[in-house]
Amino acid sequence: MKAVVKKSQNVIRGKVYILGDNIDTDLIIPAQYLNLVPTIPEEYRKLGSYAMAGLPDTYRRFVEKGKEKSEFSIIVAGKNFGCGSSREHAPVALGAAGVKAVLAETYARIFFRNAVATGELYPLETKKRLCDVFKTGNEAEIDLAAHTVTNLTTGKVFEFIPPGAVAPVIDAGGLFAYARKMGMIKTVDRCQVSGVSNKKTRVRGQRSGGGKRKAESRKSGRRKRA
Amino acid sequence: MASTITEKILARASGKKRVDPGENIWVNVDILLTHDVCGPGTIGVFQREFGKTAKVWDPNKVVIIPDHYIFTKDEKAHRNVDTLRDFTKAQKLRWYYDVDTPKYKGVCHVALPQEGHVRPGEVIFGTDSHTCTHGALGAFATGIGNTDAGFILGTGKLLVKVPKTLRFTLNGKLPAYVTGKDIILRIIGDIGVDGANYCAMEFRGDAIAALDVEERMTICNMAIEAGGKNGIIEPDAKTLAYVRRRTKQKFEAVYGDADARVEKEWKYDVSTFEPCVAEPHLPSNYARAKDHSNVKLDRAYIGSCTGGKLTDFIMAARILKGHTVKIDTFLVPATCEVAEGLIRERIDGKSLVEIFADAGCEDIAPPSCAACLGGPEDTFGRTHGKEVVISTTNRNFIGRMGSKDAPIYLASPLTAAASAITGRITDPREFM
Repeated sequence: MKAVVKKSQNVIRGKVYILGDNIDTDLIIPAQYLNLVPTIPEEYRKLGSYAMAGLPDTYRRFVEKGKEKSEFSIIVAGKNFGCGSSREHAPVALGAAGVKAVLAETYARIFFRNAVATGELYPLETKKRLCDVFKTGNEAEIDLAAHTVTNLTTGKVFEFIPPGAVAPVIDAGGLFAYARKMGMIKTVDRCQVSGVSNKKTRVRGQRSGGGKRKAESRKSGRRKRA
Repeated sequence: MASTITEKILARASGKKRVDPGENIWVNVDILLTHDVCGPGTIGVFQREFGKTAKVWDPNKVVIIPDHYIFTKDEKAHRNVDTLRDFTKAQKLRWYYDVDTPKYKGVCHVALPQEGHVRPGEVIFGTDSHTCTHGALGAFATGIGNTDAGFILGTGKLLVKVPKTLRFTLNGKLPAYVTGKDIILRIIGDIGVDGANYCAMEFRGDAIAALDVEERMTICNMAIEAGGKNGIIEPDAKTLAYVRRRTKQKFEAVYGDADARVEKEWKYDVSTFEPCVAEPHLPSNYARAKDHSNVKLDRAYIGSCTGGKLTDFIMAARILKGHTVKIDTFLVPATCEVAEGLIRERIDGKSLVEIFADAGCEDIAPPSCAACLGGPEDTFGRTHGKEVVISTTNRNFIGRMGSKDAPIYLASPLTAAASAITGRITDPREFM
């Protein structure tokens, strides 16, 4: 589920889930679920069902038991959102759970880049600390053109920092879609990055529709501790 | 105008004379590293975007080191290793360190330099945030996601933003009870978990020069815990000797200009440093070990890319020799080379293996990431309850080692070993 928003709308509307500072990738998707491969469709959905499963049990569940999607499509957080691992499973789990945007004061570098590269969600930087102003369950509306978020429950409007250079990448649906759109990857069977000359960048092959992979035979317990 | 080592490496990799912080540049990649947790997804992205039969840009520059979920019954984990194996075969990749074979190594960030894949002046991307470890050998190395890695597989290039450099100058004589781990925990404590966000962390000074390569790796390994894009130490005679011992491949080391402008500089006298821990649940929660001697522990864990190298085990053995541990003590050598060192290295005639056995530690586990990041339920050393852990690993986030209720104190191998003997957080000076 890419966070592609129709140009005519430029609006994301949904329920808000509140988090604080330093929300790390182990909270977003605990390591025990990293055996799931994001490019396999059923495992992508499974990752969504585990989004924010690392939060302490004192938190309200982000995804209800037995569900694949969260009722919350907007996360509002504090500083350094997504710190820790480079696991792309993190923005993927949020995107798969139906999150369209995160509004945080700042982001950890790799999470931000992965969110943009996958096109899973908009990582938006707020001017104010909104996690103290919004409440979990509030309805919010993000206007990507006006760079504002409105708390529909309270009626208050806040600005966020325009996403700048990364917005078109997310709009396009991620790094590859953007690279193709911009002609940076010219063709699939003769892939070249424009602006950089290197004859080795040629890639042969046909494009396939999806990332499906056939199931392989399983051998359990084969690599037990020696 | 003068440039830092990071800027110079990136300039060379992008074919430019110089680059400046903030600039977005395409760089040619020397090494792409991946493992069993992110490799299958990276391969998935590559095949989805470039085609099922597409070939990687250079089969000599992709290094695949399965290390995360190896000694487990988890079927998906096995499936993931099978995916790596099939891909390696189809792509005729040169560097694949397969499970269940003599080629198996263990933790990728220790194996990568040990196998000669880390060379000064080169550009390394890895699908793991601790790829920043390799800056310890004077390379530019940073972690990326599957999508970026899939892009590299197809093109050999990546668009990167040139980071600003934060310089940490460490001078003075390092006391025997202070380690690379204490140095980096102190720095992260000072600047915070986002103190180096998007920046290069450059470490230099007499104290860094005095450290051996493995201790430098511990420091660069945790640059990411301050948000750093890369950690980096200029190569010196020790670096070059380490690299030349492990590869015949030619390389050209890069050195920064002394007058290069940096964003900010911190200066430390390490002779004042003390053994420390990072309290739960952030690596920046710095505290002196001696101030927490009332904290009771249930488990000690020595392992991972941060604290599972041979020097880490030698430090631990020096403390444990002649003592008995009071709490469960788990030892996981990072790689097979480290595991062999545990048998070979001796202190007063006893091998490290014997010292650990005499001290009552758990049987030494086969090399892998093991409980550093929790993982499948049957992972060696994983927490399942409310265990209070002291660990030589790099992250103490909630649930990091498995259980959400198990608090983790990060520490050096010296402090972890001393604490294992007493069952409470202990300054290693009590045993030195």
